[in-house]
Amino acid sequence: MSVIISTLIAILVLGSMALVFGAILGFASVKFHVEGDPLAEQLDALLPQTQCGQCGYPGCKPYAEAVANGEAINKCAPGGEDTIKKIADLLGVEVQPLDENHEADNTPKVAFIIEEDCIGCTKCIQACPVDAILGTTKQMHTIIADECTGCDLCVDPCPVDCIVMIPIAQTPQNWQWDLNNIPVVQLD
Amino acid sequence: MAFWIASSPHNHMQSETSAIMRLVIYAALPGILAQWYFFGWGNLIHISLAIITALVAEFTVLSLREKKITPQLFDGSAILTAVLIGISLPAIAPWWISVIGAAFAIIIVKQLYGGLGHNPFNPAMAAYVMLLISFPLQMTSWQPPLELMALPLSFLDTLSVIISGFTIDGYSVEQLRMHVDGFTMATPLDTVKTNLTLGLTVNESMENPVIGNNFGIGWEWINAGFLLGGLFLLAKKAINWATPFSFLTSLFVCSLVAFLLSQDSNASTMFHWFNGACMLGAFFILTDPVSGATSIKGRLIFGALAGFLVFIIRKYGGYPDAVAFSVLLCNMAAPLIDQYTRPRTYGHNITNNAPKNTGNE
Amino acid sequence: MASVIERIKRGHFGTFHGGIHPPQQKFLTSDKPIRAVSIPEQLILPLQQHIGIPAELQVKVGDKVLKGQILTHSVHPMAVPIHAPTSGTITAIKNAVIAHPSGLSELCLFITPDGEDKWRPRHICTDFNQLSNNQLIEKISASGIAGMGGAGFPTQVKVSTREDIQYLIINAAECEPYITADDLLIREHSPSILDGINILDNILSPKHILIGIEDNKPEAIKALQQATAENEKINVCVLPTKYPTGGEKQLIQILTGQEVPAGVLPSSLGIVMQNIATCFAIADAVINDIPLIKRVVTVSGQALEKPQNVWSLLGTPVGFLLAQCGYLNKDKKHIIMGGPMMGYSLPTDQVPVVKTTNCILAPTEKEISSPYSTGSKEVECIRCGQCSDVCPSQLLPQELQWSAKAKDQQQLAILNLFDCIECGACAYVCPSQIPLVHYYRIAKSEIRQQKQLDIKAEHAKVRFEARKERLARDKIAREEKHKAAADARKARMNSGSTAGNNEKSAVAAALARVRAKKAGQVESAKSAVPATPENGQKSQVAAAIARAKAKKIAAKTNPATEATSTVNNVTSKTESPTDDKKAKIAAAVAKAKAKKLAEKSLTSIENISIVKKEVNEALSSDAETKKSADDKKTKIAAAVAKAKAKKLASQKEKSITSVENSSASNKVIITETEAKNPADVKKAKIAAAVAKAKAKKIASQQEKSEST
Repeated sequence: MSVIISTLIAILVLGSMALVFGAILGFASVKFHVEGDPLAEQLDALLPQTQCGQCGYPGCKPYAEAVANGEAINKCAPGGEDTIKKIADLLGVEVQPLDENHEADNTPKVAFIIEEDCIGCTKCIQACPVDAILGTTKQMHTIIADECTGCDLCVDPCPVDCIVMIPIAQTPQNWQWDLNNIPVVQLD
Repeated sequence: MAFWIASSPHNHMQSETSAIMRLVIYAALPGILAQWYFFGWGNLIHISLAIITALVAEFTVLSLREKKITPQLFDGSAILTAVLIGISLPAIAPWWISVIGAAFAIIIVKQLYGGLGHNPFNPAMAAYVMLLISFPLQMTSWQPPLELMALPLSFLDTLSVIISGFTIDGYSVEQLRMHVDGFTMATPLDTVKTNLTLGLTVNESMENPVIGNNFGIGWEWINAGFLLGGLFLLAKKAINWATPFSFLTSLFVCSLVAFLLSQDSNASTMFHWFNGACMLGAFFILTDPVSGATSIKGRLIFGALAGFLVFIIRKYGGYPDAVAFSVLLCNMAAPLIDQYTRPRTYGHNITNNAPKNTGNE
Repeated sequence: MASVIERIKRGHFGTFHGGIHPPQQKFLTSDKPIRAVSIPEQLILPLQQHIGIPAELQVKVGDKVLKGQILTHSVHPMAVPIHAPTSGTITAIKNAVIAHPSGLSELCLFITPDGEDKWRPRHICTDFNQLSNNQLIEKISASGIAGMGGAGFPTQVKVSTREDIQYLIINAAECEPYITADDLLIREHSPSILDGINILDNILSPKHILIGIEDNKPEAIKALQQATAENEKINVCVLPTKYPTGGEKQLIQILTGQEVPAGVLPSSLGIVMQNIATCFAIADAVINDIPLIKRVVTVSGQALEKPQNVWSLLGTPVGFLLAQCGYLNKDKKHIIMGGPMMGYSLPTDQVPVVKTTNCILAPTEKEISSPYSTGSKEVECIRCGQCSDVCPSQLLPQELQWSAKAKDQQQLAILNLFDCIECGACAYVCPSQIPLVHYYRIAKSEIRQQKQLDIKAEHAKVRFEARKERLARDKIAREEKHKAAADARKARMNSGSTAGNNEKSAVAAALARVRAKKAGQVESAKSAVPATPENGQKSQVAAAIARAKAKKIAAKTNPATEATSTVNNVTSKTESPTDDKKAKIAAAVAKAKAKKLAEKSLTSIENISIVKKEVNEALSSDAETKKSADDKKTKIAAAVAKAKAKKLASQKEKSITSVENSSASNKVIITETEAKNPADVKKAKIAAAVAKAKAKKIASQQEKSEST
């Protein structure tokens, strides 16, 4: 009899302890709930936001979400090696070389519309992911260079090939102290 | 007609790392001379052995790492390490001690960590500690000063002992360590320590012939030699004053406090200063910039910590001398010390700036 | 504060952390008076010579300008105007290498002096005390004065501070080796400098004026003390020589004991600092109405026969000054603009003297054998800490260097990289000869760029999201509209009216078009397109599609004879001008074929004659269709012809003379057709653009084929 009673007491004590701790844990999880930055958000912050779609996704955010769900990390061509390295660091995976299907050339560029050639078809406006092209039907279009991400997406739709990608010019303001490549000019 | 493009500043003090290393080696000469005078040729032979080994080891690793060999081989750092190892070994230790020590210092402690500038520990001291715990017998077979030796020890005798373990006349290392009175000799530090465990007071230990008139025959002069070299380095601004200063002060204060508390069980401050590797450590080892702290404040802490550790280990530790151990322990602490002694950058966290409108007289 | 002044009067100064004592080398130029040099053959004036933004051009090429005439103008406070240093003609406005370490080019005005040195009308001000503060600031602003010590901060911004100013500090420290420009200026023009200081005193009304000067300029100190003896407010502070005493923050620390908090201008502490040369320029501007068009430049270095300070007009090419001072080095030139500590190498001696140029250094190879010029002597850092001992900003250069090499931007921020003033003291003492400052500069520019990119990325993200929202909104709106329209149409169709029937047929036509597209055949395209409703624009689109298809097919099946026959067929069809659209398509097809053939003709010249024939045929069809009421067709045809002609013209360059003939004849025809239909400019433009694009493509193809 005493055995049963002591067993019951044990069960009761353990059960009530489980209840109490469970309650504490439950309360703590609600009270100290951390609104963690979801992985996709963190990944999105690493991507260059050119919205170019070269990764096969319609923008940087969708690609970030895909990477968070296991997509390969090496598809961001504009970000290049640096971005791959950062993503690899974040996810704790191996750094991979840039996907071979993507061009490795990630020199920053802006699109430029050769204005006399533009026929005002608005096709590029529809293609631009960041609304950086101004213009309307049958009016000459122009690109807001400061807003352009250099994504390339407007080049193909143009029926008259009047959009070219121009590398961003080096100015004394953005010069990177590359002393070895200073053109030495001699006029004599 | 070429134009020459360079980044500013366009002028330079024309100082070189290798020049500093050379200067440090020269500064060690008075101490080495004193060693030679009191203990014979042993250390000179060990220094030469260590230099040869170090250069060979450095050359091998550099070629394996595909680095530029000539400038790095002769930047003086390997030679300096070898000299320090040679100095700190017992004069009649076998030849392979210095060879293993130098090779270990260069290959493992220096190059495997990335070479000059990247080693967290002082190579010479790390090698010394490795030798001491691996070969305790050979590493503690200190001979008495020449004047107290029962047997004469010529250059050829020394060479023979180092190579074969016996002099030309066939005496062994153990026999060489005999005192004229027939006792096996120890260093002054060792003597004091052993005597304390035997129940003798420090004052009684001071009667021991190995101590001589002051703090230890030979040792006091060797330390004086290194002190002289150290002052020369300070004058040449090759080393910073902070570490030796705080190290010696700290050791002085610790030993003074202990001495005042109990004169019987503690040696005097000067005994601590002029025995063992104290001055060598203060001016030649702790001042190694690579493995030490960087800022003035950090160096003061670094030196003080080393002095404290030397005293603690000398007093309570199992080994008679403590410089090597405390240097290694401080090396470990150096990055932490650096982290917490960063100077306040100009214009940041200003506290003493006068508010701007106090001047309305 | 009273104590600060008392302390200064007793000759007790504060100090800054670190500092170095490089060899001064001032004796080279300090014993010779400032020399006036002749006017060079050409002056090159960069539009921007200061920190800020360039002002707008007020002149054009060919203009005659008078000495002191304003050349650029802007109301923006950070834009400083420039003036003509002498009278002459503006011969060019183009990019040229500017005085910047990058050696990059920016817009410059080129003036060819006429030698008369004729002034614009000037208004000498006899008593500047009569002028109001605003008038004084206006004069300084209009004279284009920017800080002449090195940074080039617009002076009018500095003097129009609204803060209550305690100290006006005049920087005459001139701590860089070699430079003696300020020294000599003080010795020769101390009364003018005093005027300038008094003008600043009027504007800023500081409690105290402190002149900081290093004790290595005894004569200048004497001159200043004499000039300011009667003014109680001005204290000449003779400071021990130490580099970089002349740094703004360092000088403030020495004189007032205060540190300028990071990211804050000294004016918020009630301190304004002006260079002593700027004071002279202010006096000249206000009193003599002389804008900033010349300055004292130390031309020094042992590669010169006669190193000396010179009065140089702004815009004088460095090479001219060097030649005047007897430049000896002929083979390997090293020319530094600025001092040896902070100056930068010039890539050419055509770089002009600008407002901030205080020194031009032409050292011999032995004289400045900086290990940083070769870069090969760098060895590993041994953490000796000498760099942090000398750093005036109390940074940790060795740790910065590791982080800079590792591109650890977070750590660099923790180590306060941006508090580095790039004085070069750390690199000067480094026994491992690491070009520390260079690493910091690279790291700084990278961080700045990264910040820009981050901002841009964030911005792009916002815009992308906004666009997505907009598209979603539009889609919903469109769907609603379509639904409404469909409902209305259904109602109408069901009513059985004629309009309804028309619509039905239109729908059918559209379906046919889609089918045609899928089939991808020229013929089907031809048959389908005429069914399009009578809308000119639509037909144009269709024409474009047809063209594309034609191109494709031509690429697939390309025997020349077949193409020719097709073209002939097409042309025969176009001969009936009843259906305009058909004609257009035909023209397009013809064009595609012609192109194909033209490409072939690259290899076989005989084909060119065929092409020519075809082109002529196409043109003849143009001529026929032109007669019809509709212009559009002809325009397109004209464009087609144009494209073809262009193609031929480009081929001509490669091919033989026979081709030349045909292209020439084609050109004639083009001009004719162009002349014939100038009716609708817009349309023609479109056609021209299309043709241009085509031509471009072909040109690029040609290039490719040439390279292979």
